Amino acid sequence: MMKRIFVLLLALAPAWGFAAGGGVHLDKANIDPTNKESLQRGARLFVNYCLSCHAAALMRYERMGKDLGIDEVLVSENLMFTGGKVGELMKVATSPEDAKQWFGTVPPDLSVIARARGVDWLYTYMRSFYRDDSKIVGVNNLVFPDVGMPHVLWELQGWQEPVITTVKDHDGVERKEISLELVEPGLMEPHEYDRAVRDLVNFLDYMGEPAKYERRELGVKVIMFLVFFLVVAYLMKRDYWKDVH
Amino acid sequence: MAGNTSEKWQGGLLGWIDARFPLSSMWNDHLARYYAPKNFNFWYYFVSLALMVLVLQIVTGIWLTMNYKPDAALAFNSVEYIMRDVNWGWLIRYMHSTGASFFFIVVYLHMFRGLIYGSFKKPRELIWIFGMIIYVALMAEAFMGYLLPWGQMSYWGAQVIISLFGAIPGIGDALALWIRGDYVIADATLNRFFAFHVIALPIVLLALVVLHILALHEVGSNNPDGVEIKKTKGADGNPVDGIPFHPYYTVKDIVGVIVFLIFFSIVIFFMPEMGGWFLEKDNFIPADPLKTPEHIVPLWYFTPFYAILRAVPDKFLGVVAMGAAIFVLFLLPWLDRSPVKSIRYRGMPYKIAIGVFVVSFIALGYLGTQPATPVMTNFARLFSLLYFGFFVSLLIIPTFEKTKSVPDRVTSK
Repeated sequence: MMKRIFVLLLALAPAWGFAAGGGVHLDKANIDPTNKESLQRGARLFVNYCLSCHAAALMRYERMGKDLGIDEVLVSENLMFTGGKVGELMKVATSPEDAKQWFGTVPPDLSVIARARGVDWLYTYMRSFYRDDSKIVGVNNLVFPDVGMPHVLWELQGWQEPVITTVKDHDGVERKEISLELVEPGLMEPHEYDRAVRDLVNFLDYMGEPAKYERRELGVKVIMFLVFFLVVAYLMKRDYWKDVH
Repeated sequence: MAGNTSEKWQGGLLGWIDARFPLSSMWNDHLARYYAPKNFNFWYYFVSLALMVLVLQIVTGIWLTMNYKPDAALAFNSVEYIMRDVNWGWLIRYMHSTGASFFFIVVYLHMFRGLIYGSFKKPRELIWIFGMIIYVALMAEAFMGYLLPWGQMSYWGAQVIISLFGAIPGIGDALALWIRGDYVIADATLNRFFAFHVIALPIVLLALVVLHILALHEVGSNNPDGVEIKKTKGADGNPVDGIPFHPYYTVKDIVGVIVFLIFFSIVIFFMPEMGGWFLEKDNFIPADPLKTPEHIVPLWYFTPFYAILRAVPDKFLGVVAMGAAIFVLFLLPWLDRSPVKSIRYRGMPYKIAIGVFVVSFIALGYLGTQPATPVMTNFARLFSLLYFGFFVSLLIIPTFEKTKSVPDRVTSK
């Protein structure tokens, strides 16, 4: 059995690389983790649009409020729709069984999704949904083909449809390229929508590692101390080694 | 009697202990009167650094164990609990995960120094053997530790590596099953790996480190010139070119430790994933036995051997080649018979061979992280041949090599 698994893995080896690349160009998310307002807007989008299906069960509302500078009362009144205490984890009401039936798969927990996928992937993914009537949910995605997730933010973005163009690369080989075109505007202008997704991704990135900001701040202090200590230690070494010839 | 300071010293608490335990003599034998060559260079910092990282891993490991749960249903979340809800948990975890990679960086550089200065040669063969066993134990320690976060890469990496045991004819499948304790990597595997990672292997490692140091202090340290300092002793009976380890090398190594900690801190505080080299992206997805990741890669410190494994078309022979790549290092003292220890006094062919070996090892390390496309596999084959070719060249080179004359005393910089 194991032998077969192993042979299969080795046989698939060449395919892994191509699959990993995916061949899709990812747009830069350019998030700013120090921008609290962006994070707050992202948090609002997250609890309104994502948290009804996806959990973030490793994250506490209270921690989010503290880190993002949102008052505890505001958190429980505006960002918690399920009631409960502010110290609770961001769990989801949907049962995994129901979710499986509705989407064909259980929506993954999003606590550390930014660390697994990367911010650029998430930013591009949320902007790459397009209409595809052949799918059950009526949409498809350029970055994640045949994705089970519907386009939750369609109200904001509107609807995109694919445009297939044939381009010649510099070797003269013809290649089909898919780009997306907005055919039905949403509540937001495209640049507003991009900013909203950037805020959301910024929040996901924060949630992936809430200690990140604190980590960098502490790091500067630690390294400054070490550099100072290095000078002292070097002078001590030089003094001791005076008599070694 | 009472007025003599040295006799007064013999009294007191220390005297009381010394009458019952060899505290002062141990301190003297291994530190204050252990004479080390005065010409240690850059490469010798990795001795104390390896020891420091070992202690760091043990201490951070103890604190991680206080909140980690070795249970397939809880492990992944307990690591994130440490990262979020435990005070300073993120720092301890990053110190441990970064420490693992730095341990291998330090150990590889330490081994390389032994290689180029002939520190494995007579009378230091046993030091080298103990060191090699430490290296193998360290690989086992790292491999088992990597399963504990229970992410996708933890899971599938372990799946692939343990399936290698299945390649052994006859007993393979039964052996792999016995190691896993289940038909796939599962809760039973996680539990036993935890036991090995936090108890069994650390004890083995510490014991081996003691043996490594005892063997070294029995024969004395080698140095960049490959000269035996014990051959030239002064009137006081101490080596003329030796200086007491303490305080000379303790104060020197403190400088090395701080420089190391600066690099270590840069990674911990500003790039703990090190672009996916120290913490892989896929390991932030909980282990899922039903979903194979697109690209399974062991962590970087195993990839040279992984590349050799994949370079061989037959699975069993691949495993044999991988094992041989590690085992051949044990034989080093008996392969390289040149009487000249240090690379400083050896001929050009030897220097070229060392260069080719280093390039092959690094190239294999890179290829092990890449998908095995036909081109990549051919490169892996080439570098595997060069890797083994190095050890063959060690047998041949001394037969025609023109070495330079080795000085009687160490040379100052």
